[in-house]
Amino acid sequence: MAVADLPKPGNDPHEQIVLTAVDEFLAWGKENSLFYLLFATACCGIELMQAGGPRYDVDRLGMIPRATPRQADLMIVAGTITHKMAGVVRTLWEQMTEPRWVVSMGSCANSGGPFSKWSYSVLNGVDKYVPVDVYIPGCPPRPEALIDGVMALRERVRRYRTMGVRDRDPHVVQGADCRFGSHPGKPEPQA
Amino acid sequence: MNGMTFDAIAARITQVCEEAMVVRSENGQPFVRVPAAALPRVAALLRRDPALLCDALMDLTGYDRLKYPGNEASPANDAIAVVYLLFSQQHHHRVMLEVQAPRALCAVPTVSGLWPAALYFEREVFDLLGVQFVGHPSLERILCPDDWVGHPLRKDYLYPAQYHGVPHLREGQHFDGAPRRQGDPEPAPTPAPTKKGHP
Repeated sequence: MAVADLPKPGNDPHEQIVLTAVDEFLAWGKENSLFYLLFATACCGIELMQAGGPRYDVDRLGMIPRATPRQADLMIVAGTITHKMAGVVRTLWEQMTEPRWVVSMGSCANSGGPFSKWSYSVLNGVDKYVPVDVYIPGCPPRPEALIDGVMALRERVRRYRTMGVRDRDPHVVQGADCRFGSHPGKPEPQA
Repeated sequence: MNGMTFDAIAARITQVCEEAMVVRSENGQPFVRVPAAALPRVAALLRRDPALLCDALMDLTGYDRLKYPGNEASPANDAIAVVYLLFSQQHHHRVMLEVQAPRALCAVPTVSGLWPAALYFEREVFDLLGVQFVGHPSLERILCPDDWVGHPLRKDYLYPAQYHGVPHLREGQHFDGAPRRQGDPEPAPTPAPTKKGHP
């Protein structure tokens, strides 16, 4: 039985005891407290701010912006990522504590967007550097689209198993051609 | 506080630099082209002369004269041009200077001693056009990564095939007419498009 399906506990002490699986309970907590990293590199960041504003108010989903990656669960890559910035993105992702989630917001972060054809400096998709869980199309996506992507991410978070046997890296996403293990933005350490 | 006219400024520049050439283009903004060797003394004159006193370097930029529109008359001119936009906050006049440097040995004296604002501008022009500003205290790239190869705003720039192992195009991605990249073979003649309608 999922935690969300349980009846609300009343004042009776017998109703205040809930029996559930640890995974269910942790996932319930995680999906309702997706603290996201304040990180915006282009105009998608304006829509991200709108989503955080009073009209769309992602705070009601438990999404509170954090200024440091150490306290963030979710990185919303909002905007164009250049080759020069990509190493910074990777470093921020590495500094986040697991389980960590990445949402690629907008065409630029998805695939380079309008810069993918003629630009020498823009990275063609942030999934070259960090594993991406949810892609949100749009240039830029409206806050509703962002919230829709977050709802899709919450499904992933709900399925994520904290305890027991699981994949070494939970971020293996179908269709993402990300590179694991090495840091493409930094030279390999010499043996 | 009426400033000097462009003609008066140009005449004043010609006094210290005989090779200075006034260029009047169709867009109505004339400029003075001086040789690179004469730039320090022309710049010092514009900066320090009480009648000129161009104390603000509004902009310092550059462009590649290769395949430049209007350049067909002199196709041999493939120089890199550096443009200085100067303004006098006291006299309220402005003047545009241009210096050309040959493509291979692209060196221009720095003006950062006269206008400290040129420190960043010259780094940008060096980064994107490859102009070596002689005398600049720290001429490093400012926009591209430090290990970038080439100067992207040169018109014969070849796009990098990859950067730190990340290819420039996504897998399977191909664009007709995309810029040639470093290491690419010579472009083959484009085949005639096959006319295939929707089924």
